[in-house]
Amino acid sequence: MTDLTRLTIAEAREKLSAKEITAVELTTAYIDAIEAANPSINAYVTTTPEKATAMAVKSDFRIANGEAGALEGIPLGIKDLFATEGVHTQACSHILDGFKPKYESTVTQNLWDAGAVMLGKLNMDEFAMGSSNESSYYGAVKNPWRAEGSNADLVPGGSSGGSAAAVAAFLCAGATATDTGGSIRQPAAFTGTVGIKPTYGRCSRWGIVAFASSLDQAGPIARDVRDAAILLKSMASVDAKDTTSVDLPVPDYEASLGQSLKGMRIGIPREYRVDGMPEEIEALWQQGIAWLKDAGAEIVDISLPHTKYALPAYYIVAPAEASSNLARYDGVRYGLRVDGKDIVDMYEKTRAAGFGKEVKRRIMIGTYVLSAGYYDAYYLQAQKVRTLIKRDFELAFNAGVDAILTPATPSSAFGIADEDLASDPVKMYLQDIFTVTVNMAGLPGLSVPAGLDHKGLPLSLQLIGKPFDEESLFKTAHVIEQAAGRFTPAKWW
Amino acid sequence: MSVDLATVKRVARLARIAVSEEEASRMTGELNGILGFVEQLSEVNVEGVEPMTSVTPMQMRKREDVVNDGNKADAIVANAPATDRNFFQVPKVVE
Repeated sequence: MTDLTRLTIAEAREKLSAKEITAVELTTAYIDAIEAANPSINAYVTTTPEKATAMAVKSDFRIANGEAGALEGIPLGIKDLFATEGVHTQACSHILDGFKPKYESTVTQNLWDAGAVMLGKLNMDEFAMGSSNESSYYGAVKNPWRAEGSNADLVPGGSSGGSAAAVAAFLCAGATATDTGGSIRQPAAFTGTVGIKPTYGRCSRWGIVAFASSLDQAGPIARDVRDAAILLKSMASVDAKDTTSVDLPVPDYEASLGQSLKGMRIGIPREYRVDGMPEEIEALWQQGIAWLKDAGAEIVDISLPHTKYALPAYYIVAPAEASSNLARYDGVRYGLRVDGKDIVDMYEKTRAAGFGKEVKRRIMIGTYVLSAGYYDAYYLQAQKVRTLIKRDFELAFNAGVDAILTPATPSSAFGIADEDLASDPVKMYLQDIFTVTVNMAGLPGLSVPAGLDHKGLPLSLQLIGKPFDEESLFKTAHVIEQAAGRFTPAKWW
Repeated sequence: MSVDLATVKRVARLARIAVSEEEASRMTGELNGILGFVEQLSEVNVEGVEPMTSVTPMQMRKREDVVNDGNKADAIVANAPATDRNFFQVPKVVE
């Protein structure tokens, strides 16, 4: 029998509806795969096999009754940032020890309503702060990809490292993820998977542990462009519980695949050609340009002059919002408590023990930039620069550009415990140099695998779209995917 | 701008995070590295530029001002480390 975990969501959907396979068979195949691989990969921090089987049984029942939903019987992994009722939800932080919410996030509820099956919760950087998944309280995730001829473990990227690794290693059919500065697109790029951060407001943030509320957005990581389109369709919704969710119809994203690029104008921003960028990344970008040109798109050079300020502005805005959002972890309402001699001592000891280094660092920066006397110089200045970053994109779109093509990351996956990156936080922050602008402007961004580097590791391109024009991204990414092919790691785990 | 050890300790106090002398000293270096990196923002001319308040132009949706949720005290305290009859328990704050 063929390995059911190798089926894409679209393929599984077809076989389920033709009754060639059952949801229970498909789910069991994943449960077995996780059991065998997770000790090596560490993508899951908790698994829910009984729940998954029970959900699959119900899916088979609905399929038999002709009541199948859009994701009926499809086994998914859920990033630990999403509240799942009665199931481990800790943002991979020590401070949320034992937290089992009494409610379900809107995005996951949408998925279950569509018939999807939950396999478990996926590893991530603590509170989604990181680009390597190494800040997780539950330990690093190993990238299913290794350099050719090497046994060295690589990071899967972050913060959605568990999501990306699980999808690439066939440990779920697709996964939820979130992206505040690149946390969907960078791990997708490091693992040869497809990830999309939709427009701010497209998915409800209700029930997602908050990091930086003006930047956070949920999205899927999937094996291919079609699966990402299928997942986003079910994840997105307007939601009375999140007033920033947008009341616009959710299009059938899958329908945009295969459409012609003729007449489309693709912008190539010159500011994304950064110093020290590897030759291979430049070559990949040129290859992408050539593919889109061949498909009938018109390529235009554009300028986004404030690009270099996006990352420094992000490192003011995101920590400021995080310091405010993470004030709720006080040892009183949920999670860890470390006793102290009085209430302030209890707060301070609890937060000292519960937060990891990177989270503390960002809370400290955020507290500092918001503190009396510094607010104008840092926070207000950063929010003004953010207006300029968004204006750059608006000018390009107003001039007739339909989508923008850039590299997704400045490198391929790097090693676990890389000393160079560990010694200087700013070096790790530079991982998000191409992705963070998109969050600052609230735009949709998609990363799609486009080739392998000289070490045999996947590299991706990023497509940036107009607000709520995810369809153009899926359409264009599909063309790149058709030209580049798909990339699968050789199994070592 | 850069921070000294005393400022780091003051910020840690504001953030309610206990720090040892050694941690405070390590953080001083790290925070100065990050502050040095964001320093470049000051070179941007922002004259007449409004600070961003929302990435998408949207009207805040409002709902009817009515009670539509509640009676969940048990669920709300269910995850607390210390509770007594639907109250959160904290160390004594009033003498």
